[in-house]
Amino acid sequence: MTNTYDAIVIGSGISGGWAAKELTERGLKTIMLERGKNIEHISGYVNANKAPWEFKYRLSRSQQMLNDHPVLKRDYVLSEANLYYWVNEKESPYKEVKPFDWFRGYQVGGRSLTWGRQSYRWSDFDFEANAKDGIAIDWPIRYADIAPWYGYVEKFAGISGSKEGLPQLPDSEFLPAMEMNCVEKDVAARINKQYKDLRKMIIGRVANITVPHNNRTNCQYRNKCALGCPFGAYFSTQSSTLPAAMATGNLTLRPFSIVTKIIYDKDTKKAKGVEVLDAETNQTYEYYAKVVFVCASTLNSAWVLMNSATDVWPEGLGSSSGELGHNLMDHHFKCGANGEPEGYDDKYYFGRRANGIYIPRFRNLFGDKRDYLRGFGYQGRASREGWSREIAEMNIGGEFKDALAEPGKWTMGLTAFGETLPYHDNKTYLDKDKKDKWGLPILAISAEIKDNEHKMRVDMMQDAKEMLETAGLKNVTTFDSGYTLGAGIHEMGTARMGHDPKTSVLNKWNQVWDAQNVFVTDGSCMVSAACVNPSLTYMALTARAVDHAVNELKKNNI
Amino acid sequence: MDRREAISRVALLMGGTLVGMEYMMSGCKSAPAVNVNVLFEKNNIKLLDEVGDTILPATQTPGSKDVQIGSFMALMVRDCYVADDQQIFINGIAKLNDECRQKYNKGFLDCSKSQRTELLNELNKELYVFRKIRTIYEPNHYFRMMKELTLLGYFTSEDGCTKAMRYDPVPGRFDGCIPYKKGDKAWATS
Repeated sequence: MTNTYDAIVIGSGISGGWAAKELTERGLKTIMLERGKNIEHISGYVNANKAPWEFKYRLSRSQQMLNDHPVLKRDYVLSEANLYYWVNEKESPYKEVKPFDWFRGYQVGGRSLTWGRQSYRWSDFDFEANAKDGIAIDWPIRYADIAPWYGYVEKFAGISGSKEGLPQLPDSEFLPAMEMNCVEKDVAARINKQYKDLRKMIIGRVANITVPHNNRTNCQYRNKCALGCPFGAYFSTQSSTLPAAMATGNLTLRPFSIVTKIIYDKDTKKAKGVEVLDAETNQTYEYYAKVVFVCASTLNSAWVLMNSATDVWPEGLGSSSGELGHNLMDHHFKCGANGEPEGYDDKYYFGRRANGIYIPRFRNLFGDKRDYLRGFGYQGRASREGWSREIAEMNIGGEFKDALAEPGKWTMGLTAFGETLPYHDNKTYLDKDKKDKWGLPILAISAEIKDNEHKMRVDMMQDAKEMLETAGLKNVTTFDSGYTLGAGIHEMGTARMGHDPKTSVLNKWNQVWDAQNVFVTDGSCMVSAACVNPSLTYMALTARAVDHAVNELKKNNI
Repeated sequence: MDRREAISRVALLMGGTLVGMEYMMSGCKSAPAVNVNVLFEKNNIKLLDEVGDTILPATQTPGSKDVQIGSFMALMVRDCYVADDQQIFINGIAKLNDECRQKYNKGFLDCSKSQRTELLNELNKELYVFRKIRTIYEPNHYFRMMKELTLLGYFTSEDGCTKAMRYDPVPGRFDGCIPYKKGDKAWATS
């Protein structure tokens, strides 16, 4: 029967792509279901080779764009350069019980096409944090459980970075690191010296390949990643996992496939398959498989589970613990400091580095103790100002023009990314009164940052200022541009893992306690948020979960 | 562009928020539709070309007129501005001509280059004063719009990128530290 496969993968982003690659390489006939349109590698990146002047509004926003994207317009992500990588908000609304920025990519590749590509391992400071602080529940795994899987996914994905030997930020299997510019090198040296390596500025670890890797061309330093890379130089489903999965001959990719529910069999206590609504034709289909991987992104994976097996559990598959949809997290950011390095007027750079510098977490570590829990890391860079700077003393005319056509002064900025705690009352649930374009219930989201995060934000600014001043920068000013949960685009935690089915949705192998052939391996499985970018951890958890699934299938355990 | 760059690109322009951007968070105000077609009338495009070319004229490198700045301004005002700002911009064209007539007894297009420069210099000074005392709730100044659109349109144009500045579509490598001497052009994209 054509609708029967060995495995079903829901979603085609970073996690779904990895699930598809691993399952198919292990010999499982797999169908990957994506709710949005297809985007072909290279030919689908329609704006990737355009020059600035080829964009109608020169990357400004038209009123039409603002009207069409009431959520996306809240942030930098709304751009005419890659509008086609973002959700049609009118078709797929959600309810903000409290303000929540939900920036969705509904297409093959999901947000792997537009992600920031910063890739960091977690450490045991992160995996042990909940247990030590008595917050939420303990992670059911430790660094040792995931370390080999980090190495495994890094070798395939290609992560560039420098070996530093930092306990709070374990080294990856690196491709050669990108280079700091002259200012960053000096600032790093001063910070590292001043703080005796307790605070350290390093080059960002990024999923852009710096040498040819797995038949992909190395980064060309165009810094146009978010438009799709014709060189395949950054990790995305299209550049990396999808071609590998396709090469096995075991993958079927089905775009325009909205999974409306997982079909649960009460007798076997397992999933039989999924129900799919074709987004173009509105026809309903069923697909069957031995194992289902839910990788629809944190909020949508929760949505799929909540819509499933409601005859057994009114709140959905995986809801028996009362935790499904709860503990929604993100990284809070948009605060830090800027300053002006002096004495570098005779220095410039060549190429556009799609990466910045990184300052790993130092708060509440190594004996430091603050009036809040956890910590934050900084991303930043030094650069020379361009034409959009203001030259106050100059007016108009030829000299003004020629001066603006030269690089301006150097500036350097640090933006902190802070950990948010898992709060049970930060949650999403089905709003059954309102429907989307396809008549499906929409999500309501009610979540916010609280005292711990607000206290942390003070340090996030002050520490940045102190370090920039220590490094000799002038006119250092702090900023807090305000943050709404979700704006970090690092949603996590709606179906957390745990030791105990009474307090968690998934076990330590990402299996739904209530249906053990259903694996949830995207951000929804996270038990805490750490302060580093999470995608690398989703990759590792997904590969690990597939390995477990395949072994369990062989043993007939699922 | 990373997050920080992307945010600052719009925020830095003219040392504040881009016209139109202030409405990002609040949503559009409902205002009566403005007849923006008037902007595309030959005389107005010509005037905007000359305003742009006075702000950023040809030097060793092309000027704003060479990049059809008038048409670009009209397009941006039509598609990217809210109705209130569209009206201010359109009224601004008339105001500019009025100021010209008061000062030189002729319209902007009939003025000499040095008269145009003198007038726009005065408007520019007015703009700086205006910006210092202005609150976010006050309407924008039409000359700010003209100057901002001229800068945006010129420096993102092909001539602006490739002649006024340096444009390299595929650098192929990153060199974090190269010598720079005064007069070397900036990279057109970051």
